[in-house]
Amino acid sequence: MNAVSPSRAGWALVLPLVAFIVIAFLAPIATMLLRSVHDPEIADLMPRTRQALAQWDGTGVRQVAFEAVSADLREASATNQIGRLAQRLNRERNGLRVLIDVTARHLEREPDTKLSRIDPGWSDPALWQILARVTSPWTGRHLLNALDLTVTPDGILVRQEEARRLYVDLFLRTAWVAALVTLICALLGYPYAYAMAAAGPSLGALLLFLVLLPFWTSLLVRATAWIVLLQRRGVINEGLLAMGLIGETGRLDLIYNMTGTIIVMVHVLLPFFVLPLYSVMAGLPTSYVRASASLGAHPLRTFARVYLPLTYPGVAAGGLLVFILSLGYYVTPALVGGRTGQLISNQIAFHMQRSLNWGLAAALGTLLLLAVLLLALTLPRLAERGGLRT
Amino acid sequence: MNRLARFGFYLLCGLIAAFLVLPLLVIVPLSFNPEPYFSFTPAMLQLDPAGLSLRWYREIAESAQWRLALRNSLSIAAVVTPLATLLGTMAALGLRRLPTRPRKMFAVIIASPLVVPVILFATGIYFFLAPLGLTQSFTGIILAHTALAAPYVVVTVGSTLTTFDERLLRAASILGSPPLSAFFKVTLPLVAPGIASGALFAFVTSFDEAVIALFLAGYDQRTIPLQMWSGVRDQLSPAVLAAATLMVLLVTIVMLTTMLIARSARSAGAGR
Repeated sequence: MNAVSPSRAGWALVLPLVAFIVIAFLAPIATMLLRSVHDPEIADLMPRTRQALAQWDGTGVRQVAFEAVSADLREASATNQIGRLAQRLNRERNGLRVLIDVTARHLEREPDTKLSRIDPGWSDPALWQILARVTSPWTGRHLLNALDLTVTPDGILVRQEEARRLYVDLFLRTAWVAALVTLICALLGYPYAYAMAAAGPSLGALLLFLVLLPFWTSLLVRATAWIVLLQRRGVINEGLLAMGLIGETGRLDLIYNMTGTIIVMVHVLLPFFVLPLYSVMAGLPTSYVRASASLGAHPLRTFARVYLPLTYPGVAAGGLLVFILSLGYYVTPALVGGRTGQLISNQIAFHMQRSLNWGLAAALGTLLLLAVLLLALTLPRLAERGGLRT
Repeated sequence: MNRLARFGFYLLCGLIAAFLVLPLLVIVPLSFNPEPYFSFTPAMLQLDPAGLSLRWYREIAESAQWRLALRNSLSIAAVVTPLATLLGTMAALGLRRLPTRPRKMFAVIIASPLVVPVILFATGIYFFLAPLGLTQSFTGIILAHTALAAPYVVVTVGSTLTTFDERLLRAASILGSPPLSAFFKVTLPLVAPGIASGALFAFVTSFDEAVIALFLAGYDQRTIPLQMWSGVRDQLSPAVLAAATLMVLLVTIVMLTTMLIARSARSAGAGR
C-alpha cells in the first residue's frame, strides 16, 4: 500500500462504522457472554427467597427463609408465573416441578400452612442449598453444564452422570468434523487450485467461474440441491437403481446423517480453500520449478521439494479459514444433518428456540467463541513459527 | 508429467468441477417437473415438452407467502445495501489515514463479524434486542445485516484502494481543487468499481442471510431464505426448486456483472 499521511479526516471516516459495529455487533456478543454467567430469571421470580438466603451460612434453615419462599410462591401463583418457576427449578434438580406445583396449590387454598407440613421435602437441607445457589443471579452452573460438570450439594465439582454428558462429546465431534472437512477440502482443493493457476486465461476463467458460482449461491439453494440428489428417492439413488447397481432395499442413506453434513459442508467450504490457495499459486514465479527441473529433479521431487513448500501459506490460510468456518456451521447441519449429523451450533439454536434454556445456550456459545478466537489468534502464529508466512 | 498422469489429473479436476456445479444444475430441469416429485420422469429424460411444466413457477408467483417473502427480502436489502456501502466505503477510505496502531485495532474490530460464527451473533443480538422490543422487527434484522455486510465492503473497497495513487490527490490540491471536490472528481471515479462490487457483496449478504432472520423475524418479516428454509424442512415441495433455480439464475447474472465490472476496472486501470 502506498503511504498516506495520517490525518484527522481518517478518524471521522472510520469512527461511524467502528461505533456501529461496537453497538450492533460487539455489544450483542458481550450480552451473550454475560448471559452465560448472569441468569436473573429465578432471582426475579423469588426476590424474597433470594434476600433471605443471600447471607445464609448453609447450616440450619431459619424461619424467615420458609416465610420468604411461601410468599414468593403465593405471588408467583397470583401472577401466573408458577409454571415457569417450577420448570426452571426442575432443570436444577429433577422432581422440583412436582414439589413446587403441590406446594403452590396448597398455599392457594391455605396460605398460612407451614411448608414442611405440606411436603416433607422442604425439610431437606440439600434443597435449601440448591435454592440459595439458584436464587443468586450470578452463576457458573451454565458454563459447568456446558462442560458436562456439575456441583454436588456439598459444593464438590464432579462430572455429570453418564446419561447427561452431552456437550464435551459434541464439541469433540464438531472439532473432528471440522478437521475432516478441512482435510477433504485440501485434497480436492489443491489439485483444482493448481489447475486454475496452470491453465491458460480462458480455461482459467472458466475454472474460476465454476468455483465462484457455488460460492455466491445461497446456502439454502445448495442444501436443497443436495437433498434432491442424495435423499432416498433422490437422483443418485434412483440412478443407481435404474442401472441395477443397487436393489430397492439397498438404497443408500446419504443424507439426514453425518455423511450428508460432511458432503454438503465440503461443497459449501471448498471455494474458501481454493480461492486463497489460488491467489498464492497465481503469484508464484515459475522460475523455481524450472530451475529444479533443469537441474534434473524428477517432476514428483520438484513438486514435493519446491512447489509444495512454496504454496504452504495458501494451504495454511485456506485450511484455517475452512476449519474455523466449520466449527461454527449451523445452516447446513440443520438442513441436511438429520438427527445424527448435528454440530455444536445446532445445540445452541436448540436451547435458544426449543428448550428455552438460554443460560446454557449462552454458555455453549461462550465456549465456541473461545475456541474460535483461540484458533484464529494462535494458529497463524504457530504456522509462522513453523516457517510459514501467512 | 507423462501423458497418462496428465490425463488423470485433468480427469480429477473435471470431477471436482462437476462436484462443485452439477448439484446446482440438477435442480434446474427438476423445477420444470409437472409432478410433485424430486426425480426425473421418463418423459423428461426423453426431452418430451409435455413432460415439462411451469406449474411450480406459477405456484410461487401466485403464492402470497412467497411474494411477501420477496418483498421483505428486497426491502431489507434496500436499506442494508446503501447503509453498509456508505459506512464501509468511508471506513476503507479512513483506515489508511490513521496511524498504525489505531488502524490495526479498528481493522480487527471491523473484521470481527467475519470471524465470529453467525449463530453466536444471532444468539447475542436476540438477547440484546429482546429487552428493547426489537425482536420480530425489521429494525433488528436491518441492524444485524448491516453489521454483517459492512466488513465485506471495507475489504472490497480497501483492496481497490491499494492500487490507488495518492499523488493524484496531491496533484488535485496543488491545482487548486478543494478536498471534497477532489474526492468526487478523482477518488470516487477510481474506486467506483470497488464500491460497486462491495455493494453487490452487501446486497447478497443480506439477501441470502438465514440465521439472523430465523432468530429475529416474526411471520410478517419472513424473508426468501426463511421461506426456503421452511420449504426444505417442513413441507418439501418442488416450488422450492423453482425458487432455487431463480436464485441460481440471479447469482449467475450478478457474477457476470461483477466480472464485467472487474474487466472494465482493469481496462480503466490500463488506460491510466
